[in-house]
Amino acid sequence: MYQYDQHDQAMVDARVAEFRGQVARRLSGELTEDQFKPLRLKNGLYLQLHAYMLRVAVPYGTLNSAQMRVLGDIADKYDRGYGHFTTRQNIQYNWIKLADAPDILADLAKVQLHAIQTSGNCIRNTTADHFAGAAADEVADPRPYAELLRQWSTFHPEFDYLPRKFKVAIIASETDRAAMRLHDIGIQIVKNEAGEIGCKFFAGGGMGRTPMIAPCIAEFVPALQMISFLEAALRVYNRHGRRDNKYKARIKILVHEIGVAEYSRQVQEEFAHILTLGLEPPPAELERIKGMFADPGLESGLSDDLDRSDPDFALWVDQNVHTHKQAGYAIVTISLKPVGGIPGDATAYQIRLMADLARDYSLDELRVSHAQNIVLPHVKKADLYRVWQALDAAGLATPNLDLITDIIACPGLDYCALANARSLPLAQKITDRFADIGRQRELGELKLKISGCINACGHHHAGHIGILGVDRKGVENYQLLLGGAESADTSLGTITGPGFSEDGVVDAIEKVTDVYLARREGAERFLDTYRRIGMAPFKEAIYG
Amino acid sequence: MSEKIKIITGNDLRTGDVIWWTGEGWSRHVDNAVAVTHDADAIIARENAKQVVTDTHVIDAVAADGAVRPAHIKDRIRALGPTVRLDLSLKPADPQAGSWVI
Repeated sequence: MYQYDQHDQAMVDARVAEFRGQVARRLSGELTEDQFKPLRLKNGLYLQLHAYMLRVAVPYGTLNSAQMRVLGDIADKYDRGYGHFTTRQNIQYNWIKLADAPDILADLAKVQLHAIQTSGNCIRNTTADHFAGAAADEVADPRPYAELLRQWSTFHPEFDYLPRKFKVAIIASETDRAAMRLHDIGIQIVKNEAGEIGCKFFAGGGMGRTPMIAPCIAEFVPALQMISFLEAALRVYNRHGRRDNKYKARIKILVHEIGVAEYSRQVQEEFAHILTLGLEPPPAELERIKGMFADPGLESGLSDDLDRSDPDFALWVDQNVHTHKQAGYAIVTISLKPVGGIPGDATAYQIRLMADLARDYSLDELRVSHAQNIVLPHVKKADLYRVWQALDAAGLATPNLDLITDIIACPGLDYCALANARSLPLAQKITDRFADIGRQRELGELKLKISGCINACGHHHAGHIGILGVDRKGVENYQLLLGGAESADTSLGTITGPGFSEDGVVDAIEKVTDVYLARREGAERFLDTYRRIGMAPFKEAIYG
Repeated sequence: MSEKIKIITGNDLRTGDVIWWTGEGWSRHVDNAVAVTHDADAIIARENAKQVVTDTHVIDAVAADGAVRPAHIKDRIRALGPTVRLDLSLKPADPQAGSWVI
């Protein structure tokens, strides 16, 4: 994993000291709220529905055990004993006191974490494949490139006041586990015929009120020119992005309005110019970073044998454990989606337990997935049973990865000042309805995503089944969407028709799954069947 | 008998707690909120100047049987706390504490 050098640490420490002064001036009345608000937002501190909310960046979703432990400690020491892992691979605390915020940032800085650029119209925390460095299908570990991007984008003066927020995702596999094409910029690390590493660039994706799938704007940019190309892409957006209308200010609108060909032409023109300036970080810097992500200590010659005699353990292995690139190891996904639970929430105790398991069994590494789960990327198969037992005892061994109860949900109207409807109670009702694990497995892969407003933090556009909560004259109402996907076959869901009450949408989902079970052929997933038979049979079942 | 009223809400600057204007100060309990009329802007200006509250604004509410209930669901949830974590509400021991929210 990356370790801060003196410059990284000095920057973060200076920011903590600066914010401490700003908070003191606000509390003394020297700063008004109008003056202070942009300063606190620059440090991830929002004023939400009930209290201040602090959003902490988890760079490209990677944590070590010491960092994870501090995240648990913060939940206990400064919040109400829990945190919420988000679809941006970050963690949010919902009950922060303003006077405590500088101390929290200081605690984070001690383990090389921060809340910088988790708000505002700047380049936000870069997200990445949560299996990076462990997946057998990646052409390279994308995290060194993500780290280079983090360093380049942090406090970048030219891109600190973009027309709107800007999100970058990076992967290095054909299998997209990061919803890469639903970001402002998506980068896929690829290898060309000559065996050289480069970047395939996508631009103009996003969800929100105008969902769009990012088109490719460059098939292959040499890896050592990645930053220059990004600089060009951002510069064209910064030049032409709509600042007159918040709802048309994202890059997706620009790419759509001027067309991908014209946007790409301008980016290439700017890219050629930037290359003449020599702004690219020196190759030695990328090599230095890569060195920190090299083999984390994987042993060779380990056995792949596994004792599956405990049926509950075997079930969990089948559902939540993935193949590792190294024989004898496995990738473990810890579901934060227990039946009746709140998607993405973990108690301080659970967070610290996961930290301990990472230290003892996963070469000190964890990942936060955009699906609001936690990954232990390097677990010896010989240790899997012990890990499962520890997780099970802490309520963390739900064997439901990618099943209908592995729901992505935004905080919704229970916490969010922007939301129009609650997401979390609905998620709880759906998991209660489909609690039987046999039934879930019969339905197979079924990604259900809930957003409490059109901003789509719950990725409803990309759900095989998506739900959007809306406010209908002061009453919560839920629109149902079918057919979205976020992987290599990214697609956007289609609204079924009129919306439902909270209970009504749960019933509608059950009818949808009944149609799927009745009409599927062979090993079709829900999504496959939907794409083959279309919306009509589902609509008939729901409204007929 | 119920009466449509307007009340003032905001957040405690230091803690972030949701608070309600009582006529004399601020309370965390919405039932202590009082109706305001043409004096709302003046109250908000005066209280903001003290730099102890933030995000102050007027909302619609209904007063009935000694209780004050915000008119909109978002404000009712603000008054109670997350409906999925009633243990974190102002009356965690009362299972009926949130019966009026939804």
